[in-house]
Amino acid sequence: MPKVYFIEFSGTKHEVSIPEGTALMRAAVGHGVPGIDGDCGGQCACATCHVLVEPEWLEQTGTKTEMETSMLDFADSTQNISRLACQIALTQAFEGMTVRMPDGQH
Amino acid sequence: MAMIAPRTSRDEIDATPLAALDVSDPKHFVDGTMHAYFERLRREAPVHYCKESVFGPYWSITKYHDIMAVDANHKAFSSEPAITLLDPPSDKVLPMFIAMDQPKHDEQRKAVSPIVAPGNLANLEGLIRKRVIDIIESLPVNETFNWVERVSIELTTQMLATLFNFPFEDRRLLTHWSDVATARPVTVEQWEYRETELSKCLEYFVRLWNERVNASPTFDLVSMLAHAPATRNMPPREYLGNLILLIVGGNDTTRNSITGGLYFLNQNPCEYDKLRANPGVISNMVSEIIRYQTPLAYMRRLAQTDVVIRGQRIRAGDKVAMWYVSGNRDSDVIPDADRFWIDRPNARQHLSFGFGIHRCVGNRLGEMQIRILWEEILKRYPTVEVVGEPTRVPSSFVNGYLTLPVRISR
Ligand code: HEM
Ligand code: FES
Repeated sequence: MPKVYFIEFSGTKHEVSIPEGTALMRAAVGHGVPGIDGDCGGQCACATCHVLVEPEWLEQTGTKTEMETSMLDFADSTQNISRLACQIALTQAFEGMTVRMPDGQH
Repeated sequence: MAMIAPRTSRDEIDATPLAALDVSDPKHFVDGTMHAYFERLRREAPVHYCKESVFGPYWSITKYHDIMAVDANHKAFSSEPAITLLDPPSDKVLPMFIAMDQPKHDEQRKAVSPIVAPGNLANLEGLIRKRVIDIIESLPVNETFNWVERVSIELTTQMLATLFNFPFEDRRLLTHWSDVATARPVTVEQWEYRETELSKCLEYFVRLWNERVNASPTFDLVSMLAHAPATRNMPPREYLGNLILLIVGGNDTTRNSITGGLYFLNQNPCEYDKLRANPGVISNMVSEIIRYQTPLAYMRRLAQTDVVIRGQRIRAGDKVAMWYVSGNRDSDVIPDADRFWIDRPNARQHLSFGFGIHRCVGNRLGEMQIRILWEEILKRYPTVEVVGEPTRVPSSFVNGYLTLPVRISR
């Protein structure tokens, strides 16, 4: 059960323990962490699970598919540390990761 | 009051041979029987080919996950040259980014997206609320009036005028152009009328463009289009196309959700009671209203290659309708899908905004308008009573209402 941290745009921090294999988006929604909507249910088709990954964890999250890149391209305030949380499946190696939420999902 | 929606009997619907089913026929939407037809398609022919319709042959995709898969597959399913089943004569095509593929779509979408992004919406919230309050405080009491006209149209039109920074006193022109653009011309005269009216729209907006292009950029849609590198050299017809996209997108859809919401609450008194007891449920209810209404019944795509879905071979060049209005009632994915349930779990996971690269750019704005409206109504009027059946828009694309008679009693 890796433990990860979500930081809301307002600064509020949430600690969540997640079974391995769960997508980061599901973890947030399932624990009622505000700021991640997940409208498409994890199909990489809505970009309402946009998170900013702390730089030291970025490599661990792997590479983006073409679709994820396209969808992120339309999200607001996208940065080079942006990912869609539904596209990150958690393993023990993510223990201690921190991600931040943008000021809204669009 | 008794609410008797017109019904075609199940037997009658089941008696039609599958091959002859044409769900794109606006008559099913006018009499409100479309859901029964879609229910049969989902059950018997979820990927269905209709050989003959006024729009020519087309495929219907009716199950939730199939719709999502087609919508997200923009390489195999093109949005060009149009997103409704109607193919306009080639000289009447209006280029707009909803009906463009990558890369041009992406550039133009990015030029308008910031105005409806969450950060900017927060700035608009106060103004929207003020306008909502003005509209609902001027409603007549103890007399029957048309909710569509007095509330739904008025509010969405004011909102559009705000986004465009359009002269407020002329704002009903926006409603008019929206109606013209979504009507389905048949005769040559009707096409000519449409062209004439739309050229007046262009003329008006060119004037606004010229005023703003040389001024410093402001945060309204005209100024943004005039200044953004991706759009500032648009040919006039493309400017017109994108204006119409924003006018229709921001108008009909929210308008019909505002009307639908009130209608559904009246049809489901227990839900209305729940809302009065707990206004905290409004945000969730807004998503449920948008699902239940599905203001745009479908989007059309053009297959670029042969694709097999559920054993049916869709061929390159075939037209495909993704029926959001059907997928939103797919009980395999949405529990008890025919029920209007304001505190439904996962209410956001509906298809009404589409998915993939064309997913509605104005979704947060639409939701916000409807949310504020209900917050302010509840503070003033515990009940807005629907006192008769609505009349519906004769279209299988815009799923909406022309009239809804209501009464506020004091
Ligand atoms: C309840 C309200 C609304 C509904 C149900 C709705 C529905 C839709 C749908 C179904 C699409 C196409 C999605 C696809 O092809 O996958 C769309 C696209 C679009 N909508 Fe909305 N819409 C709403 C409100 C608005 C508002 C308020 C605006 C105005 C700012 C707007 C502007 C647009 C634009 C510009 C597009 C084209 C996006 C693109 O092609 O990239 N919509 N909308
Ligand atoms: S949940 Fe829709 S893109 Fe991640």
